[in-house]
Amino acid sequence: MKNCLIIGAGSDVAKALAVEFAKEGFNLQLAGRNVEDIGKTAADLQIRYGIKVETLYLDVLKFDTHPDFFNNLNPKPEVVVAAAGLLGDQKVTERDQSATLRVINTNFTGIVSLLNEFANYFENQGSGSIIGISSVAGDRGRMKNYIYGAAKAGFTAYLSGLRQRLSRKGVEVLSVQPGFINTKMLQGVETPKPLTAEPEQVAKMIYNGFRSKKHVIYTPGYWRVIMFIVRSIPERIFVKLDL
Amino acid sequence: MSKQKISNWGGYPVVESEIIKMNHPGTFSGKRGDTIARGLGRSYGDSSLAETIVDVTGIDRFLAFDDETGVLRCEAGVSFATILEFFVPKGWFLPVTPGTKFITVGGAIASDVHGKNHHKEVCFGNWVSEMKILLASGETVLCSPTEKSDLFYATIGGMGLTGIILEAEFALKKIETSFIKQEALPAENLDTVMRLFDESKEFTYSVAWIDCLAKGKNLGKSILFRGEHANLIDIKDTPFANTPLFYHNKGMLGVPFNFPSGSLNSLTIKLFNGFYYMMNKMKGSGITHLDPFFYPLDAIANWNRIYGKKGFLQYQFVLPLSNSRDGMREVLQAIAVEGRGSFLAVLKLFGKQESMISFPQEGYTLALDFPIMPGLLKFLTKLDEIVLKHGGRFYFTKDSRLDPDTFKKGYPRLAEFLEIKKKYDPDGVFSSRQSKRLELT
Repeated sequence: MKNCLIIGAGSDVAKALAVEFAKEGFNLQLAGRNVEDIGKTAADLQIRYGIKVETLYLDVLKFDTHPDFFNNLNPKPEVVVAAAGLLGDQKVTERDQSATLRVINTNFTGIVSLLNEFANYFENQGSGSIIGISSVAGDRGRMKNYIYGAAKAGFTAYLSGLRQRLSRKGVEVLSVQPGFINTKMLQGVETPKPLTAEPEQVAKMIYNGFRSKKHVIYTPGYWRVIMFIVRSIPERIFVKLDL
Repeated sequence: MSKQKISNWGGYPVVESEIIKMNHPGTFSGKRGDTIARGLGRSYGDSSLAETIVDVTGIDRFLAFDDETGVLRCEAGVSFATILEFFVPKGWFLPVTPGTKFITVGGAIASDVHGKNHHKEVCFGNWVSEMKILLASGETVLCSPTEKSDLFYATIGGMGLTGIILEAEFALKKIETSFIKQEALPAENLDTVMRLFDESKEFTYSVAWIDCLAKGKNLGKSILFRGEHANLIDIKDTPFANTPLFYHNKGMLGVPFNFPSGSLNSLTIKLFNGFYYMMNKMKGSGITHLDPFFYPLDAIANWNRIYGKKGFLQYQFVLPLSNSRDGMREVLQAIAVEGRGSFLAVLKLFGKQESMISFPQEGYTLALDFPIMPGLLKFLTKLDEIVLKHGGRFYFTKDSRLDPDTFKKGYPRLAEFLEIKKKYDPDGVFSSRQSKRLELT
């Protein structure tokens, strides 16, 4: 039986993705800070799908705990999903250093610190899969969320490099670029309805992308087109837009 | 936050409310005033409508299951459909279920729903052993028959007025197969169907469908269905012998849009009831899957839309056993004379039940629905009088129009309930459009 570790298991997308893996018979390791809530998700998946689910405490921001977290994992997973993310409030991050660092460290530094452990381990093994949930916000910095966007851009670049390094060693790396999703993260943020996907829908796309060994997926696919257009806008026009 | 138009299953009334999604881990913490929890919106009237609606369908996890005893603990937004999907194949069934599976556990407790087995197994609340409730203060408490028992019993059938149910623990029922041994017995009139109910007391499930347009000596013409869970031996010669616990949440045949209002005139109802009577007279007895037995209308998603945009009113009352025969006759006569037939009229004999403000009491209950048409309200007021005259009472979950006095007459323990509500919600955070209309809050 294969094991899948989900980092940031409290998020709505992570929960939906856990269901997809559970349906396919994976045992799960759900890691995050809110172990009470994650424990309930674990119980639910165990009852529904008859799989083994472990709840693990993990704080992405506590870098020094990461090596131990990895070393204590038993068994080591075949699939790792990095789903932790923090949108933050752009206006606050512009002025508050600790808020800025929290956004950058959650979305980028902390995740990189963790994934490095798995990358080396998978490389040695010659097998394994890494799924990184980044964001279309990383495709071009916009004034509305560029701290978050910059961290995600860094993460996207990291995944791209990691894929090049590991693909020749039998390890798969999937970059996921979601657009708006109807989740806790976006509660209170106005998003265009037709462009806002449900977490369950996105989770299915991610699982399918993993199954068919894709490199980069946009969820839903039309975001690839939208972001192509956004990236193509010349800078002198872009600076005047309120996008 | 923006307001949204919302109504429940009857499509009436429609209100504008702020809807707060209650996602894990709890994003709502009391103190808002004029607030009520809402599940899948299958109550018919205004029970779960308020200025602020807390949508609990997002908290929908199973938390623990004991496969020795069948005790299940889950979050309040779990639907009966989900429970069936995961537990029927394991050999477990709901202890009590109403005629739709598209309800939440929280809603089932708040309405203290009843089903075809009330005379033997009482209401859903009877099977609940513990609840976790979010109080108006924002505090989360556990209650059970031994801990905060006043809160526990007031919450069962309490229409969400004591707080927001977050989790519940209740016992499922062991089954050998997902099939039902069913008998359909035609009855030419009210006396016959009541005799059949008496003779069917030992059956776990019994219910009758009444043709409300039958008059004179045929008044109360109906079909009584009774059934038992089929055991393995009962299905050994059927095609299901190798798949005894077969269960499939199949895609549903939907009613895609509202029918023109008025398409359900008395002629179409007459045809429908006549057809149904004949069909079932031929059917007799046999093995049927539990889904069509318990949820015949769920097969048609959005069947409520058949009544058109104006919606419909459900009307359900229960009469004390001693007055049931005379009272039912008078009600059916009034309906037949008006020619205001009901698409569905369901008759059922309730067993004994001790409860605070839960609807069922020993006696006959009749559930009717009427498309909203001119003159309907006046007509229903006439029915109210008949029901009250015979000492009957009405079901919160189906009501959207009663006046406070008419309603309160049937519930002698209401004051006791309101005392407990006051104790746990002193500032009146929780109230619904219904509780205000009925002057309970």
